[in-house]
Amino acid sequence: MSVAPAEVDLPHIEDRPTPDKPWVTIVWNDPINLMSYVTYVFQHVFGYPKKKAEKLMLDVHHKGRAVVATGAREAMEHNVEVLHGYGLWATVHQD
Amino acid sequence: MEPFRSVRGGGVRAILAASEAELLRSLVGQVMDLIEPDAAKAQDLDELEAILQADAAETPTDPVLARLLPDGYRDDPASSTEFRKYTELSLRASKHESAQAMLDSLPEQGGKIQLTPEQAQAWLKALNDVRLALGTKLGVAEDFEQQWDGLAPKDPRRTAFEVYAWLGAVQESLVRALW
Repeated sequence: MSVAPAEVDLPHIEDRPTPDKPWVTIVWNDPINLMSYVTYVFQHVFGYPKKKAEKLMLDVHHKGRAVVATGAREAMEHNVEVLHGYGLWATVHQD
Repeated sequence: MEPFRSVRGGGVRAILAASEAELLRSLVGQVMDLIEPDAAKAQDLDELEAILQADAAETPTDPVLARLLPDGYRDDPASSTEFRKYTELSLRASKHESAQAMLDSLPEQGGKIQLTPEQAQAWLKALNDVRLALGTKLGVAEDFEQQWDGLAPKDPRRTAFEVYAWLGAVQESLVRALW
């Protein structure tokens, strides 16, 4: 968000995902979105308290990414679609 | 500009100069043109169908469009294509709708602006899309202020950086007013 991105560790994705592994929504750091805005979106979209939203935002900022939600694949795809609507850089992964 | 403040009973208000309103109108209009599906320009049904299928599968080659309509999966092109097929048109439509709602609540001559909570959400998204578009075009990094300082005094990008910084301040004041 406003400092150089930390080196990004790509989450490990197995070649053959097993169905019982949970899916996650990941938000990636980008240089444009404001820190306040990202925090606000986490609160507004997920209903997280400000403290949790801020912690996730700082994880994105310092670690390059953060898992912001976990659950069924369809729910994670829905999250990503909503976050793209807000201009956040989000993707779906199987954990 | 007088920054956004919250209004008792919900919503936010701000005051914009006429030139600021005009600038916002022009920038939001450019984003709308960009995200309008190519399908809207199709001449007939066959062409429409061909464009819809092609459109809805590929990551856009234009970096600005790729940032506004990102992949849903990383390192998984098949899932990304599938995701894009089902979401890209509605994402384009929802961005277009936010931009239109922002234009509809932006007085032509500037002045006092009062937004309902719903309108404020539209402004947040549409303003952010403008920042994403301009920031991607300028290639801004996390240290964008240093990039800006490093430009030669006559560099034509100076104005764009100034606009980008101003948009950030507007967005920041809107977020704080909504908290």
